[in-house]
Amino acid sequence: MSWFTRKDKGILTPTEAKREAPDGLWYQCPSCKKVMHTREHRLFAWTCSSCNYHEKIGSQDYFELLFDQSRYTELDAFMSSGDPLKFEDTKRYPDRIKATEKKTGLKDAVRTAHGKMNDVEVVVAAMDFSFIGGSMGSVVGEKIARGIDYALKHKIPFLMISKSGGARMMEAGFSLMQMAKTSAKLALLAEAKIPYVSLLTDPTTGGVTASYAMLGDFNISEPGALIGFAGPRVIRETIGKDLPKGFQSAEFVLEHGFLDFIVDRKDLKDKLTALFNMLK
Amino acid sequence: MRTLLDFEKPIAELEAKLAEMKKLAIDNNVDVSTAAAQLEASIEELKKETFSNLTRWQRVQLSRHPERPYTLDYIEHMCDEFIELFGDRTVADDKAMVGGFGRIGEETFMIIGQQKGRNTKQRQLRNFGMPNPEGYRKALRLMKMAEKFNKPIVTLIDTPGAFPGLEAEERGQGEAIARNIRDMFMLKVPVICIIIGEGASGGALGIAIGDRVLMLENAWYSVISPENCSTILWRTWNFKEQAAEALKLTAEDMKGNKLVDGIIPEPLGGAHLDFEQATQTVKNVILETYKELSQLTPEERIDQRIEKFSSMGVVTE
Repeated sequence: MSWFTRKDKGILTPTEAKREAPDGLWYQCPSCKKVMHTREHRLFAWTCSSCNYHEKIGSQDYFELLFDQSRYTELDAFMSSGDPLKFEDTKRYPDRIKATEKKTGLKDAVRTAHGKMNDVEVVVAAMDFSFIGGSMGSVVGEKIARGIDYALKHKIPFLMISKSGGARMMEAGFSLMQMAKTSAKLALLAEAKIPYVSLLTDPTTGGVTASYAMLGDFNISEPGALIGFAGPRVIRETIGKDLPKGFQSAEFVLEHGFLDFIVDRKDLKDKLTALFNMLK
Repeated sequence: MRTLLDFEKPIAELEAKLAEMKKLAIDNNVDVSTAAAQLEASIEELKKETFSNLTRWQRVQLSRHPERPYTLDYIEHMCDEFIELFGDRTVADDKAMVGGFGRIGEETFMIIGQQKGRNTKQRQLRNFGMPNPEGYRKALRLMKMAEKFNKPIVTLIDTPGAFPGLEAEERGQGEAIARNIRDMFMLKVPVICIIIGEGASGGALGIAIGDRVLMLENAWYSVISPENCSTILWRTWNFKEQAAEALKLTAEDMKGNKLVDGIIPEPLGGAHLDFEQATQTVKNVILETYKELSQLTPEERIDQRIEKFSSMGVVTE
């Protein structure tokens, strides 16, 4: 005989009346499924406290993580996209931009800012994957170019945080030429001997990999990030075989000689400032 | 046997008719000159009409015409002498990217370009004109050599894209292209880039940073091929015509948007119909452009090159 007897059968709470944890209070790691409080997750720089999975984060999070007291001055904050080609697929391009602006609160797929990182002056450009897959159009190219101009003018290091599927098709030829524009500015930065660190985060592929992301004096990445020129699906279709495990991961790219080091996001700020201080 | 595109067929039929008429005339010893002249006139008319009203997709088809002159055809027809140079000095020689010193009259140029194949065996050898990283590194090696010996550079672009393969990734396809783009901005010698066929994305741009970037009349140049664009945006290949229209990828479009500097005319009906005329036109353009560019100092050329590409893009503030 049990101590308690159930009076009603089954669960009677209607779905609408169910109390759910408010959005954003808890985080479940997609890799090891551990659940942790968002406060804890933030404390760990948005990495999993158990398996160290690096969650994808946006420009705002990187700015807060890197700049001292989260204080920075944003550059060209109001720049947004034109529609030079009157591009239309399933949607008109300007409509797509407007919808994405509304959804994300962002103006385009990159934000640039300058400020201090452990007292070292630096310009940071950080991409947002949530804005049309972090695709590179005229705004991305122009903002990065002007960020580099700022670094050149004030002789301070430039940090690029890439996170992008590649070029933005809706700007076709214009988008392609952003690869040229950003690389031209980086050639000037290199000539002026100003340090350029390129941090490739999950994922960095396509035209971004084939231009500014791979042109750092230091190409670095976070653990497990996907980095490649062609996407895995395209390669699989081309060679007609499954890809080896770990193919195009940051660790793979480092083993093949294209990264200087992989850094845990929790150590990112300190390691970068240590590096910049050595170069002074 | 000639390969005929759909819109070439009506013209070819009339041409066959004309040939037949002429043969009959000789065999039976009759005079058909009036009828033949009439037919010839209507062929000309039809050609002009067809080729002045090509859709963007039709131009893409022309740019891929299997009988179109490829890089080595241009080199053979333009140069009085050519010494091909191989290898990237690191991994391999990439047959999809060719290059070497070529003499045109009094001038020596470093000529570099992607190379396609004409039959199955050649296509395999040339990897369909899709270079691996060693191709881009070979191209850069040759460009730096041209700079060392103070010789102008001509690049001929004709690629469906950089090769998306497993080894290409292992050896840093992205890095190779990125380095080329950056380093080409700083080349002290004149650089002339000509898109002679397909100019697909980073694979094209990797050898297309120049003081002058020119396109053949029926070439295309964009960030993605119409087929792949259709696959990504519509999730099927079937919208390639629409994608070609949306991408604005023809010479006229690209010139109109100031993304290239000029258009080189082709013989009526396309470069594949008259190699001699097509290649001579390109040769003359190269010589004239070089003459113009050699008036500038290296610093002026580099500044203008950077300035030109830096001004590309449309934003609102």
